[in-house]
Amino acid sequence: MRHDALYTILFSAAVCVVCAVLVSSAAVSLKENQVRNAALDKQRNVLFAAGLAEPGDRLGTEEVQRLFGSIRPVVIDLESGEPTDVDPLTFDQAKAASNPATSREAPENRASVQRLPNRALVYEVLEGGQASMAVIPIEGYGLWSTLYGFLAVDRDGTTVRGITYYQHGETPGLGGEVDNPKWKATWPGRRIYDGSGAMAIRVIKGAAGPPEEAPHEVDGLTGATITSNGVTSMLAFWLGESGFDNYLQRFKEGQPE
Amino acid sequence: MTAQHSKTLLDPLFESNPIALQVLGICSALAVTSKMETAVVMCAAVISVLALSNLSISLLRNFIPGNVRIIVQLTIIASLVIITDQVLKAYVYEISKQLSVFVGLIITNCIIMGRAEAYAMQNGPLDSLLDGIGNGVGYSAVLMVTAFLRELLGQGTVFGTVVLPKVSDGGWYNPNGILGISAGAFFLIGLFIWGLRAWKTDQVEAEG
Repeated sequence: MRHDALYTILFSAAVCVVCAVLVSSAAVSLKENQVRNAALDKQRNVLFAAGLAEPGDRLGTEEVQRLFGSIRPVVIDLESGEPTDVDPLTFDQAKAASNPATSREAPENRASVQRLPNRALVYEVLEGGQASMAVIPIEGYGLWSTLYGFLAVDRDGTTVRGITYYQHGETPGLGGEVDNPKWKATWPGRRIYDGSGAMAIRVIKGAAGPPEEAPHEVDGLTGATITSNGVTSMLAFWLGESGFDNYLQRFKEGQPE
Repeated sequence: MTAQHSKTLLDPLFESNPIALQVLGICSALAVTSKMETAVVMCAAVISVLALSNLSISLLRNFIPGNVRIIVQLTIIASLVIITDQVLKAYVYEISKQLSVFVGLIITNCIIMGRAEAYAMQNGPLDSLLDGIGNGVGYSAVLMVTAFLRELLGQGTVFGTVVLPKVSDGGWYNPNGILGISAGAFFLIGLFIWGLRAWKTDQVEAEG
């Protein structure tokens, strides 16, 4: 069928307008749900890391909010580890890390972290009015993808209480086993720093044994050496001096004995 | 429904399966089939985009100027895909996170443009809708079989329920690593195409 140029232009414009209206009305009307889902997903993963919920329990919105009542989100200054008065509800650490004004280039590291935010969002879990553990965000490269997760550290500043990853693209069944509850269950009780205060925790090849015998070693993921090494590298980076070690030190000192 | 209609709907299952015969849409078939749960959502997304794009392009087929038809098709398909992606993010957030970019990549899934150009531009709305659903289901059939085998043999589970307890969890099954990665899907789809062509020998291309 032949049409003149004016018809073609008008027809194309009409298609564009109709499609644009459909797409934008879908985006606007669903936005509220999406934002809520993303926030809920993050909260849920903080709860998993802290051991307050299991990934198996299908937690509803109300349940998550109830459990989150005992968690205090705090925006800290990463370098000094001190709390700031930034509102944690509006703070977006990923955005802060990509904005040159609120971040700096990360020192060379094996976790392939490019930029360090000046401020970071941590979650303090309260028990009887006192902080009993801190949940810190961690991220780093595995084999195929960047893994994003949380690590829960006890009030003593060195004992791991739990770990969870909420986003990664590792091979299912191999590196993807970072999601395996059995593997995650081997973490609690391990110690991050050795007697001299150096960062010592690492994922080894094979089985590590109970925390009493191997306080700084965690079972490797079978068939996923590179993902396992990635986990070690990201812990070394985020628990090291460019990461959260000042914060964890303060967190520990701030606790009454 | 007439015989012609049911032929339009059912032919893409085996007679002209988009993946097996037309060898279209392979990329996403490799990417999202490591787990059945993600594959189901992907299938639903592809079926709805394909049905709606075929329907709307068929309705507009007599008005679309021939020289810009591909762009018009693409605009309609892209809009439908974005809306689908938004709906998934709003209602099945967990799974949409796992599907990540692959929902957006439905835009480039050759089945959809292929059916719009080859079928919906020449046929009426009802036939085009049925053709869209048929091809979507044909694609889904291959995806689900692949996902079933990959999840079962690669991780020992079906829809996340343990069927073959893994050695690492104290069971006896040693998962097949290659089925866990995308290359495993290549082998399975290859075997599927082989099996189908051994059964329906007229699908074998002439050599030479």
